[in-house]
Amino acid sequence: MDEYRLLEMRGIDKTFPGVRALQHVDFTLNKGEIHALMGENGAGKSTLIKVLTGVYSKDAGTIRLDGEEVKIHSPQDAQNAGISTVYQEITLCPNLSVAENMFIGRGNGKITNWREMNDRAKALLERLDIPAKATQQLANCSIAVQQMVAIARAIDMECKVLILDEPTSSLDEQEVEKLFGLMRDLKAMGVGIIFVTHFLDQVYEVCDKITVLRDGQLVGEYEIRDLPRVQLVAKMLGKEMDDLSDIKGEHEAYHSPDADMKIFEAVKLQSNAGIKPFNFYINKGEVNGFTGLLGSGRSECVRAIFGADRVIGGKVKVKGKAVKIHKPKDAMKNGIAYLPEDRKVDGIIGDLSVRENIILALQVMKGFFKPFTKAQAYAFADEYIKKLNIKTASADTPIKSLSGGNQQKVILARWLLMHPEYLILDEPTRGIDVGTKVDIQKLVLELASGGMSITFISSETDEMLRTCSRLIVMRDRKVVGELSGEDLTQSMIMSTIAGGESDE
Amino acid sequence: MKKVVALIMTACVAFGLMACSNSDKKDTTAANNETEAAGKDTEKAGGDEGGGSSDLIKVGIINNDPNESGYRTANDADLQKMFCKENGYDASFAYSLKNDEQIKYAQGFIQDEVDYLLLSAADTAGWDTVLQDAKNAGVKVILFDRTIDADPSLYEASIVSDMDKEGETAVNWLAGQGLSEYNVIHIQGVMGSAAQQGRSGALDKKVEAEANWNIVKQQTAEWNAEKAQQIVQSVIDSGTSFNVIYAENDDMAKGAVAALDAAGISHGVGKDVIVMGFDCNKWALEELLKQNWNYDGQCNPFQASYIDAIIKDLEAGKTPEKTIIMDEKGFDAATITQADVDNYGI
Amino acid sequence: MSNNDTKAPANKFLTVVKKVVSHQMFIPIMALLILAIVNLAFDPNFFKITLGKNNAGNPILSGPLITILDYGAETAILAIGMTLVTAAAGGQDISVGATIAIAGSAMLRVLCGTNPSPDTIQAPIIVAFLVACLVGMACGAFNGALVSFFKIQPMIATLILFTAGRSIAAWINLNKLPVVPDPKFAYFGGIIPGIPVPTPIFIMIACVLIMALILKFTNLGLYTQSVGINEKSAKLNGINPILIKFIAFVILGLCVAVAALIKVSRISTINYSVIAKDIEMDAILAVALGGNALSGGKFNMWASILGAYVFQFLTTTLYKFNIASSALPAYKATVVILLVFFSAPKVRETIGKGFKKLKESIGKSSKGAAGKASEGEA
Repeated sequence: MDEYRLLEMRGIDKTFPGVRALQHVDFTLNKGEIHALMGENGAGKSTLIKVLTGVYSKDAGTIRLDGEEVKIHSPQDAQNAGISTVYQEITLCPNLSVAENMFIGRGNGKITNWREMNDRAKALLERLDIPAKATQQLANCSIAVQQMVAIARAIDMECKVLILDEPTSSLDEQEVEKLFGLMRDLKAMGVGIIFVTHFLDQVYEVCDKITVLRDGQLVGEYEIRDLPRVQLVAKMLGKEMDDLSDIKGEHEAYHSPDADMKIFEAVKLQSNAGIKPFNFYINKGEVNGFTGLLGSGRSECVRAIFGADRVIGGKVKVKGKAVKIHKPKDAMKNGIAYLPEDRKVDGIIGDLSVRENIILALQVMKGFFKPFTKAQAYAFADEYIKKLNIKTASADTPIKSLSGGNQQKVILARWLLMHPEYLILDEPTRGIDVGTKVDIQKLVLELASGGMSITFISSETDEMLRTCSRLIVMRDRKVVGELSGEDLTQSMIMSTIAGGESDE
Repeated sequence: MKKVVALIMTACVAFGLMACSNSDKKDTTAANNETEAAGKDTEKAGGDEGGGSSDLIKVGIINNDPNESGYRTANDADLQKMFCKENGYDASFAYSLKNDEQIKYAQGFIQDEVDYLLLSAADTAGWDTVLQDAKNAGVKVILFDRTIDADPSLYEASIVSDMDKEGETAVNWLAGQGLSEYNVIHIQGVMGSAAQQGRSGALDKKVEAEANWNIVKQQTAEWNAEKAQQIVQSVIDSGTSFNVIYAENDDMAKGAVAALDAAGISHGVGKDVIVMGFDCNKWALEELLKQNWNYDGQCNPFQASYIDAIIKDLEAGKTPEKTIIMDEKGFDAATITQADVDNYGI
Repeated sequence: MSNNDTKAPANKFLTVVKKVVSHQMFIPIMALLILAIVNLAFDPNFFKITLGKNNAGNPILSGPLITILDYGAETAILAIGMTLVTAAAGGQDISVGATIAIAGSAMLRVLCGTNPSPDTIQAPIIVAFLVACLVGMACGAFNGALVSFFKIQPMIATLILFTAGRSIAAWINLNKLPVVPDPKFAYFGGIIPGIPVPTPIFIMIACVLIMALILKFTNLGLYTQSVGINEKSAKLNGINPILIKFIAFVILGLCVAVAALIKVSRISTINYSVIAKDIEMDAILAVALGGNALSGGKFNMWASILGAYVFQFLTTTLYKFNIASSALPAYKATVVILLVFFSAPKVRETIGKGFKKLKESIGKSSKGAAGKASEGEA
C-alpha cells in the first residue's frame, strides 16, 4: 500500500478544568487508509477528533496535512483544509432536499443554479451508488441514506480526510454493509478515513490500522492483522481481561428468611407511554431484568413502576401493602430508585456540581425546608466518590465536565445514597467503558447479596445473563415470557423474543 | 393545545383592555383592541333607543387611549360631556394609540355615514387616502389636539395647542419674577415630543439671550416623577446652587419637589427655589394654592366647546378658520383661586 | 534560591488572579470600582456623606452614595425575583413595570377609597400593603400559571400583563390619580423621622436578608437550578418543575409589591403610564450584569443584586455629568453592552483561558528570569 502520509498529528495536548484530556498524542493517517480510533469512554477519542475539526483549540502540538503544517481554529478551517466529519447524529436539514443538503452553505454568496446543483448531486449519488433522488426531501430517506448523503456532501467538498464518528450506531446490518461498501470505494479513491466506533466486529471487517488511546495518552498504532481482539480489549483497558468471565459465582445470592418477600408487585400496570398492561413482581435481594429489542417497551415498563410516565391503570403493592405511585416522589418515598436510560437527558443536572448531583434525590426526600449543611453534603459526596471510584477533580466540579462513565457513577451514587430497597437500573452501562461496566455489574450483585432488590435493563444480553436470575422478555410493548434458572441462555432469550406464536 | 393557549391569551388581552375601557364610559366600546378577535368596530353611543332620530348631528370621534395620561382623560371626558344627545349629537367614540387602527375606525365611521369625523391622530402621516374618501362621501373632518401632514383642503378645521406659546408664556412669567440671577434646573419630557420641544425651546432661547440666565442641569426625565427626583438629587449631591426648577410636566415637578423636601431646601412663593410645572393637574394647582409651587402652565384639554362652535358654524353655512389655537393660561401661585382649581384642574 | 522557588509564587499568584478574574462577581465589582474612581476623579467629595435636615425638620443623610443605595433599591429587590424566574423558567418577566402599576394602584385604592384626594387615609397602610402583596402575587401567579402549566415562553406569557397592565392599573382607580394624604405613607420612599437613612435602603436590606435566609434554610436554590438546567431530570428526582416555576413567579410578584410600595411612596401618588417605566429591563439587565445566563440554570443571587447597583450607579453617574438628554440612552447602552459582554459566562471562560496561557508562558520563561524575580521577591 502507498505509504503516503496524509495527516500527521504530533504531540497534541489538551486540558480541561481538572482533566488532562490529551497528553502528547500522535496520530498518523495514510492516503487510502481506513484507520480505527479506539479507546474507552474518556480515553480522548472525541477530544482528538474535535481538535482536528477545530471544535476545540489544542493547547500544544502540530497538525500537518500533506506535509504542510495547518492551523485549524474553527470547523470552517478544517473544512477548507479538506477535513470533513460525519457525526452519529445527522447534522443535515431534514426539511430540505437531498441536493440542497449537499450544497447548502457552500455557495460563497454566488447565486445558486438549481438545475446545475441537482444535476451535480444526481451524478454524485450515482457515482457513489447511493439510493436517493437528488430532489427527494431528506426526511423521507432512511437514516443510513441520510448518513450517506452527509458523506457525499463531504466527498463533494473534495475532502482528503473523512472522519466517521460512530456512524453505525443507528443502522441495521444491511445498512452497515452499504456504508462499508461506500467506505471501501472512497478508500480506493485515496481518501483517508478515520473511523470511530464501539463495535469491535466492524473494526476488524473494514479497517486497516488501529490507534488505541487510553486516559488521554497514546497506547500505540497497530496493523489490524497484528492485533487480535483480546489484545485490543486489553490495550483499551490497560489490563489483561480475565475478570469478565463469571462474576455471578463470586457473589452469594441473598439468603434470609425474608428472601421470598415481594418488595414490589404490580398488577395490570399501565402507563400513557403505550405499553400493554403488565404484571410484575420482585423479591427481596433478587436481581431481575426486562429484555427485548430496542423499542419493545422495556424502559416504559420501569418508568411506569417509578411513576415517570403517567400511570393510567393497575394496582401496585410495596411489601404487600397497596400504595399509589403517581409521580417519582411517591416511588422514592416507597424506597424505589430509578436510574434512567438516557443519562444526558434524564439523569445529570449538567451545570451543577458532582456534590449537588449526588445529594439531589436524598435532599428531595428529606424535604424542601431541610437542606443538608455544606459539611453533610461534602461528607456524602466524598464518601461515594471514594466508594464508586469516581474520577473527578473535586466534589465541586460540574458534572458535565466528567466522562460518561463517571457521570453514570455519580447518578448511581445519587440513588445509592437514598439507600433504596428497590433499585431500577435502565441501561446503566450504555456508552461507558468496559472497565466501568464490570464495576457496575459487580456492584449490582454485591448490593443484591446485601438484600437490595434490583431490576437491570441492558441491550447487551450477556450482561443481563451475568447479573440477573430472572428475565422478563418483551416484544411489541408486551410481556411475552419469563425465563429463569436453566432457561437463562442466550438462545432461549432469542427464541422467546422472536416468538413462534404469541400467547393471545 | 397551542391553539387553545393562543385563544386563552387572546381572550385575556381582550378582557384586560375591555375591562378598562368599559370602566368609566359605559356608553362606548371599540377599545383599542389589539386582537381583532372581538371583530367589532364601533358601537353607537348615547344608547340605541334614540340613535335613529334624524335631527341629531352624527359624529364619529377618534381619540387616543384615555389611559395614556391625565391630559387625555380630561380631554376624553370633556368630549363625552359635550357630544351627547342633550346637546344634539349622536356620537360614536373609538380609541387607539396606533395609526393603522385609527384609520380602520375612520373607514368604519365613513361607512356609517357620519356627518362629522373628529380626529386626534396618533401619527401625522398616512391620512391622505382615508380623508379623501371622507371628502368624497361628504363627511366633514375636524382635527383636534394634533395636526397631520395632509392637504388642508381635506379637513375643515384644526384645533391645536401652541406648545411654543405655552413655553413662552411660562418663560415670560419667570422673567417677570425679577430675580438677579436665574440658575435653572431644566427637567425635560420625552425628547422629541411636541410638548417637550415647545417647552424647552422657549427656555433655551431665553437662556441664550440673557447673561444672568444659566442652565444648571438640563436632562430628560421622560415625564417620570422618580427620574426627575433623581436628577434634582444629583444636582443637590454635587453641591451646585440653583433657584428655579423648570419641569415640563406636573409629575416631574412633583418628583423634583420631593428631592428638595428631602434635602431641606425651601420652595414656593417667597422661598429659595421657584417651582414650575405644566398641564394643570388638579393636585398640582392645589400645590399652587398652598404656595408650595409657583407656576403651572396649562395645556388645554378642553377642546369640545371649540369643536362645537365650528360645527355650529358649518351647519350655519359659515366657513371657519383653518387653524384655531386654543387659549392657554399660566397660573401664578400668587393669584390662583379655588375656583381656578375647580375649573381648570384636570 | 532555586528556579522552582521563584516559579511557584508567580504561578500561585496567577492562579489566584485567574480565579478572581473568572469569578462571577468580578465584573460587577470591577464595574462598581471603575465607576467610583471616575466619579471620584471628577468630584473629590463623591464619598462625602453629610447629615442635614429635610423640610419637615428631620435629620437625613445625603450624598451620592446614599442616593445610589436609595434609588437602586427597587431594581435590587426586583432583581431577586427576576433571578429566580430567569433560573427556573429560562426566560424573563417583562411585565414587572406594569404589575408595579397594578399593585401600586391597588394600594392607593385601598388607602384613598373612591375619592382621589381624601382628607385621611381610608385603611391602615399595612392593610393596603398586604392587598398590594396579594395583587402582586396574583399577577405573578397568572404569569407563572401560563409559563408552568401552559408551557408558554415567559416573554410571551408576560407580554399579556405588559400590554394590559397599565390599563388595568388605571381601571382599578377609575382612571383617577389619587394622592395619599397621610405623611406616614411617605416614610417608605423617604425617611422615618429620627432615622436619617432613607427607608428604601432598609427595605432592600430586609429583602436581601430574607432571601439569604430562604436560600440557606430551604432548597429553593437547588430546586430552581435543577429545574432550570434539566427539567426532565429534576422531575425524575422527585422535584415538581411546574410548582417550582410557579413559585418563582409568585416570589417575583411579591418583590413587585414591595417595589411598588417604595415607588408609590416616593411621590405619594401614581402615574399609570410612566410609573416604573422600563424597570423590567433594568431588572433583567441586573441579572445579566451579574453574569447570570439569561437562558436559565445556575444563578448567583448576590451578583444580580450587585448588578442592579452597577446599573443604578451608572444612571446616577450619567445624571451627574452633563450629558445631553438625547444622547443619554446611547451612553447607557454602550456601557451596558460592554458590561454584559464581559460578564457573559462564555467571555469569562475565555478570559480565564487567557490567564492560564499567560501562566504557562511565565512558567516557561521564569527559568530565564529567575534571578530578577527573586530579587523582586526579596
